[in-house]
Amino acid sequence: MNLLAQQDGMTHTQQLLADDPIWLVLLKVVVLFAVGVVLTLFMINWERKVVGRMQQRPGPNRTGPGGWLQSLADGLKLAFKEDIMPVLADKKVYFLAPVISTIPAFVAFSVIPFGGEVSIFGERTVLQLVDLPVGVLVVLACSSIGVYGIVLGGWASGNPYSLLGALRSAAQVISYEIALGLSVVGVILYAGSLSTADIVEAQSGGWYFYLLLPSFVIFVISMVGETNRAPFDLPEAESELVGGFHTEYTSLKFALFFLAEYVNMVTVSAMATTLFLGGGRIPFLGPVNGWIEFVVFIAKTLLFLFLFIWLRGTLPRFRYDQFMKLGWKVLVPVALIWTMIVFAIRVFRTTTGAESTAALVIAIVLGFAAVLTIAFMLPDRTEDAADVELASSYPVPPLDLAPPGRSRKRIARATPDPEPALTGKED
Amino acid sequence: MLDPYLALLFMALLAGAFALFSVTAAPYIGPRRYNRAKLDSYECGIEPSPKPVVGTGRMPVAYYLTAMLFILFDIELVFLYPYAVAADSLGLFGLVAVTVYIATIGFVYFYEWRRGGLEWD
Repeated sequence: MNLLAQQDGMTHTQQLLADDPIWLVLLKVVVLFAVGVVLTLFMINWERKVVGRMQQRPGPNRTGPGGWLQSLADGLKLAFKEDIMPVLADKKVYFLAPVISTIPAFVAFSVIPFGGEVSIFGERTVLQLVDLPVGVLVVLACSSIGVYGIVLGGWASGNPYSLLGALRSAAQVISYEIALGLSVVGVILYAGSLSTADIVEAQSGGWYFYLLLPSFVIFVISMVGETNRAPFDLPEAESELVGGFHTEYTSLKFALFFLAEYVNMVTVSAMATTLFLGGGRIPFLGPVNGWIEFVVFIAKTLLFLFLFIWLRGTLPRFRYDQFMKLGWKVLVPVALIWTMIVFAIRVFRTTTGAESTAALVIAIVLGFAAVLTIAFMLPDRTEDAADVELASSYPVPPLDLAPPGRSRKRIARATPDPEPALTGKED
Repeated sequence: MLDPYLALLFMALLAGAFALFSVTAAPYIGPRRYNRAKLDSYECGIEPSPKPVVGTGRMPVAYYLTAMLFILFDIELVFLYPYAVAADSLGLFGLVAVTVYIATIGFVYFYEWRRGGLEWD
């Protein structure tokens, strides 16, 4: 990728970032870390308040002004709770798992383009820690590494609930990452770059969320699956698995898992803003002051975070097989076919000359996409359920589990009671 | 001029230091009241199911097919990204090549689907 940068010359953003003195880089690292933690604290509180309102109750409103310090108080309280190391736990892995899940969460946060050019203490720079030529890949890679922390933590706890939660989490993240990655391909194709700042820059002509609507929809669905949030929060399904992978974790170790989860939510929301909502740009305006862009960026990110809360307040949790089915049999094929179509359209629009050949090839590609579509819509082969051999003559409920016909109420209504209803008290 | 990846490393170091500090400090900050039952694994109040002493032993993994398919698709993705970046300069040749490429993996995917590899039992 360095080769690529040298060929085209560095972009303006990369030039500015490369000139940052080391104190500014360190300052940005610290501030970015603080932004992650503060957004987490805010998000927990906001989530509890909004979900509370959705359930006709006020939510936390006692600690601090308007209850906004509740999550800070909870975080402090967690630090003063007993740290338990279960007997069956694998000590080293149990100890390290929260660290493993925290580090990638923050690293992914560092390629987000928060805003444009500003001047900090007389130094011209960009409100972004790094603008790597592989920025989008960093986010995807970090979200995959983050699941190691969950899997190792769940395995090392020595608890069946934790183990199940961890395994679910692994299956979930790998299933939804495919769809997530495929939905990003369209954006990269249109922007012609993997760098997050370039992608924002490329959207000055139009945001990708309407230019690439299917990509946007797939991205939003799979980002919820990727971060283990409701309605896809199967790794920590309270009604099935107690706490899921963090059942055995207490005190600050538990807090770190919580922190990682919320920072990941902020990261994917920020990525959705970057990839589809034009980053910090305001529609019909060119680049404005970097600080204003920062505010706009945060506002757009909060929009996605609100979506997370809204989903949690509205939708019930998926069943596990339904969840896997949605990922592998709906999102992946749709993303695959859409990617093919986007490729074909793009090449058609950029190719000059040789129109007939281009049209032919593009027709073939679109035809292939159509064949794929039909192939995926074929009904599944279903095997007839074998007759069940009963082990004994003990009466069993019907095994075909067919839904009953009409409900008792309707039957009662259809056939009026022959006896007249009792109208009054008998003497 | 700083290597841009150095900033990522700083971030990882800061996050790692914070996390390690929290994990190490937790036993010292919090109280310690010994109770044998507290150290058992939590299984809703019943006696914990017996397990090997070292680690938690081996467990059957039901979704290895999903995992293998994931690896396949992840490799496909990693190769699609460079194509997407360079698509405009590759033109028709690139489009044909990438179609053949997706077709190969699409066939495998379709095969696994029809053979029931994606069913979750």
